[in-house]
Amino acid sequence: MSTIRMRISPAGDVLDVKALIRHPMESGLREDKSTGEKIPADYIQKLVVEVNGEEVMDGNLSEAVSKNPYLNIKVPGKKGDEVKISWSSNTGDTDEATQAA
Amino acid sequence: MQTKRRVFLKGSLAASAAGLAVGAGLLSPRAVLAADWPEAAFDSESMDNGLNELFGSSDVTDSGDITVKAPDIAENGAVVPVTVESSIADSDKVAIFVSKNPTPLVASFDLSGANPFVSTRIRMGETDDVTGVVHAGGKLYKASKEVKVTIGGCGG
Repeated sequence: MSTIRMRISPAGDVLDVKALIRHPMESGLREDKSTGEKIPADYIQKLVVEVNGEEVMDGNLSEAVSKNPYLNIKVPGKKGDEVKISWSSNTGDTDEATQAA
Repeated sequence: MQTKRRVFLKGSLAASAAGLAVGAGLLSPRAVLAADWPEAAFDSESMDNGLNELFGSSDVTDSGDITVKAPDIAENGAVVPVTVESSIADSDKVAIFVSKNPTPLVASFDLSGANPFVSTRIRMGETDDVTGVVHAGGKLYKASKEVKVTIGGCGG
């Protein structure tokens, strides 16, 4: 089950891409209330969007992006084009998803 | 001892092989995890430093051609929807700053084809301006929108 959910709406030669990624985006500032220990930082740093294998956006995120990050961008493309979203976190976790418009 | 040594050798071999592959251009930089994440910019504790680290300049001009959309009042600072849009020609980078956050740079987006339009959700510690910075034609432009935060979203 991918952590990435995508909705793509083609409008002429532009694809409106909405993505929701399931991720805790731990800032490293929060404490575990039962143990009083700091919860280690765990957040997405890189977020890359490709259309038909070509990179159209290279995003850098920080711990100031909300839990379960949401992204809406507009990329060049038409119905049937393949949109790929991939992310990697500061802990080395990665995931990716591809969907046809 | 023997097995540890074996593991160590294996590990260093694998590491050097990966290094060689990158050097030889066999692996694209993309394959190297988060190698190009601008750490210094994200660690900067002032917006000017963050801009310098990210763009090599903190010389920013206010622009009416940038729209920053955010709520007037955010009851929960943990989830503040923000949209930055630019109608400046050749806009190729968009960054979001919240100057009073411990590290003001929230996110930056290099656009190599995507329209200068980014919408996301961010965390804010207190009432502050959300600033959208756009890089276009080698220059920096910005616009801000004040958001009143009722409950901060940084701690827990």
